[in-house]
Amino acid sequence: MAEVEYRKVTKRYPNGVEALKEFDLLVADGEFVILVGPSGCGKSTALRMLAGLDKPTSGDILVGGEVVTRQGPGERDIAMVFQNYALYPHMSVYKNLAYGLRQRKTAKHEIDRRVQEIGGILGITELLDRKPAQLSGGQRQRVAMGRALVREPQAFLLDEPLSNLDAKLRGQVRAELKRIHQRLGITSIYVTHDQVEAMTLADRICVMNQGEVQQLGAPQDVYEHPANMFVAGFMGSPAMNLVPATVSGGQVVLGEHPLRPAPAGHPEVVVGIRPECLHITSTGAGIRATVDFHEPLGSHALVHCLVGQGTVGVVEHTAGSVVVQAGADISPRPGDRLTLGVDPKDVYLFDADTGEALGEAERERVIVSGVEKAQ
Amino acid sequence: MRRPSPWHLVLIPITFILLVPFFWMLITSLETEAETRRFPPVLWPASPQWHNYVTALNAAPFARFMVNSAVVAIVVVVANLVLCSLAGYAFARLRFLGNGALFAVLMATLMVPFQVTMIPEFLIVKWTGTNIWSQLGIDHLGALIVPNMATAFGIFLLRQFFLTIPVELEEAARIDGTSRLGVLFKIVLPLSMPALATLAALTFLDSWNSFLWPLIVINTESHMTLPLGLTTFQGSHDTNWNLLMAGNVFSLLPMLLVFFAAQRYFVRSVAATGLKG
Repeated sequence: MAEVEYRKVTKRYPNGVEALKEFDLLVADGEFVILVGPSGCGKSTALRMLAGLDKPTSGDILVGGEVVTRQGPGERDIAMVFQNYALYPHMSVYKNLAYGLRQRKTAKHEIDRRVQEIGGILGITELLDRKPAQLSGGQRQRVAMGRALVREPQAFLLDEPLSNLDAKLRGQVRAELKRIHQRLGITSIYVTHDQVEAMTLADRICVMNQGEVQQLGAPQDVYEHPANMFVAGFMGSPAMNLVPATVSGGQVVLGEHPLRPAPAGHPEVVVGIRPECLHITSTGAGIRATVDFHEPLGSHALVHCLVGQGTVGVVEHTAGSVVVQAGADISPRPGDRLTLGVDPKDVYLFDADTGEALGEAERERVIVSGVEKAQ
Repeated sequence: MRRPSPWHLVLIPITFILLVPFFWMLITSLETEAETRRFPPVLWPASPQWHNYVTALNAAPFARFMVNSAVVAIVVVVANLVLCSLAGYAFARLRFLGNGALFAVLMATLMVPFQVTMIPEFLIVKWTGTNIWSQLGIDHLGALIVPNMATAFGIFLLRQFFLTIPVELEEAARIDGTSRLGVLFKIVLPLSMPALATLAALTFLDSWNSFLWPLIVINTESHMTLPLGLTTFQGSHDTNWNLLMAGNVFSLLPMLLVFFAAQRYFVRSVAATGLKG
């Protein structure tokens, strides 16, 4: 196991597309880091370069303090789990697991010991004689992980390993992955576009967009303190509501309702409020909203509303739509008028031009004072 | 069993038409010389002349022809499998300057008929025999083997097949510590059995049936292959049809064996690639 480092790694393709721009990342020994972002954000490129399957245009990659940028994939002692598992179809599960060790001239009894051990950990011992075609999706997934883990590599790379599984199995394997990482403590770098996987598995997550790191930090930290509008919109399910708001009288105003004090020097801001932080209120004070449609989900419901309605001159104006996570017992009809309440500490502000988070210090103060009040 | 379809009404008669020459070959091989010349033709010999086969075998060094044909065919098949795999893999997966252009040129050679390249090829083989190694020159088996060791068709067939193998398998093997060549031999080729079997069968049949090229480069009887040896029964004025056909039956047997052994792959692959055999 080892520390993994990217130093100003850039990948530019011959057609001029920059998949990765001066990417810096230090993954500590034994840490589980997840690269998350929409497709085409450069996360898989970063992973493939660490595996040695692609060469960076500039910059260096280090494994265990050693520069491996010019080394081939086989020289790096890194293992990878592919999205489609890439099990060798002509070999039995045992041979698939043993293949990497054989290539590295490991003694036969040692290969056997390690294959049995990893087979036991992953619960695939009874499958060792089967061919990959005779396995279910979940079993193949476990064999693919086994093939990577059996080598006891310096680092363990996973490229969207759960995306080919159905929702139920995905949850099971996710839990299993977490357990295995806790048990073996291998430095792991995991690529996904699923923020639930990112939140649940990672020690730290690295949110990426258009080849650049947007934010790096502990999952809860990234969730609670998004650095910009992209991160705020990407992390969390359902996604954070992002609505343009106006600044008037030193307050950020949404649909005539003042939300919180406005940061100085930012006449145009975007307000971010998580759906679970909005609640339907009957006090009268709040954001006026009109119900667009309603999605019941059993345990709760999502109410899609239009907010910030008013007239600008003679033109009817709507600032945007928001999703409210409400109790399962309500069933509003389209066109119903509601009032939405929100705690000022749950209101995020972003610069409308740059997308950067604004006034986090003031928000922190609100949170702290709120806690003090509660005490 | 497949259900009968209206197509069978067309296919069954066509099959019979295709079988007629084979049937005719068998009948002729069992006739007396006089019966082969009779008109209207004899449909079944009065008494089948089984000894025609013995006579044919004794009339010419058939065993020698057979061995020559087998040596040439087997070496050519093995060489094609190895060399076309290497070239096909390079064209399929390696990124090098001029990959596309070179492949286009290679494909273009498929359009050049053999009659065009026959004479230059003869001159090259003659020069090789004189200047490099006599065994590769005119009137040696080497002259039948070396020019056919790799074919544009074989490279094309395997390249197309290799392109269908998921590249992640190769990447996984490389991460597992396998070299490029190791990936080809341990991962790609074991998964390419249908394509390899097809290429082997096609190459074998092509080599076994080859007549024109051996006719040009081989003069000595002891170096002749079967198709060439069969011409022994064909004179300018007189042809022993019954013995020629008996020889043809011998010549056909190995081909039938190869065809039936590889039929499964052969039919499927030719159908899949949309290529004619």
